[in-house]
Amino acid sequence: MHSEEQTLALREQFDTAAQQKDASTLGMWIFLITEVMFFGGMFLAYSIYRAKFPEVFAIASTSLNVKIGAANTLVLICSSFTMVMAVRASQLGKLRDIVWWLVATLILGFTFLAVKAFEWNEKFELHHVPGMANFHLNGVGASMQGPASIFFSLYFAMTGLHALHMVVGVGILTWLIIETKRGKFSAVYMTPVDIAGLYWHFVDIVWIFLFPLLYLIDRHLNIQ
Amino acid sequence: MQEHTEHHIENHEHIDSVQTYLLVFLALAVATVVTTLVAYVDLGAFSVVVALAIAICKMLLVVMFFMHVRYSTTLTKLVLLGGVLWFFILIGMTYTDFGSRTWMGVPGR
Repeated sequence: MHSEEQTLALREQFDTAAQQKDASTLGMWIFLITEVMFFGGMFLAYSIYRAKFPEVFAIASTSLNVKIGAANTLVLICSSFTMVMAVRASQLGKLRDIVWWLVATLILGFTFLAVKAFEWNEKFELHHVPGMANFHLNGVGASMQGPASIFFSLYFAMTGLHALHMVVGVGILTWLIIETKRGKFSAVYMTPVDIAGLYWHFVDIVWIFLFPLLYLIDRHLNIQ
Repeated sequence: MQEHTEHHIENHEHIDSVQTYLLVFLALAVATVVTTLVAYVDLGAFSVVVALAIAICKMLLVVMFFMHVRYSTTLTKLVLLGGVLWFFILIGMTYTDFGSRTWMGVPGR
């Protein structure tokens, strides 16, 4: 374990603080690329099943609540803005501002998760949960209930994995708030705030693609 | 330790203005509303194309401004491009596989 002083110091393998920061940034981006591949596989599975069962996927996709989805997208975009403002405050060394912007981001993160929980609960009420004996999607024949449950399996897997990333993000934000209050960061050393920002924005980007692909692309068919 | 780091307080960070971030935020919010409304317009097969195009624009705004890739090192940018390339290999190879499976009439495909 490093003591706090050692963590703040320039580690011996680096020549300058700038080089140390660049190395951290690069490392985070490499992690985020593995995440792109991770989510990429799910997007791929979704697009292939959608091509295979276009009518069923259109009906299932249209059953999702667009207003809630769009509102939640706006919540996440707001949280990305507050996060970038936290990073900016850390660049300027304004510790009090970092805490306020991080708290705002945390609240927005919890808001997103609460709305998501509401949406998932709705799926249980509508019998749209795959694997449950009472699964049924209206407007789809008995022989096509299987593909309909594939849509909802992918829906739960993708939004669930995204929400799991949000939960991790909320944990990271909480840790950052505590460490900022304890005076760990300054304009000279704010790498963790910056790196956490990259993670948070990445999770936002995943949702930027999930929202249109799950909620929007079949709306023009006017099914409901 | 303090003397050691003091040499490096060369604030090399590029700090964007609040105005820049507000504009990016507004653009993202407007794009969200636009993509939602345009989804109800019957563009046929182009509905997916438009939705993805808007999503890619939003992604680029987040990546370039909020994630500071404009100011990133060339190495980071190259690594990112490499990552995008691998993602397209994942997508492209799988699509060609699924798209061509029925061509040869292989039993049990």
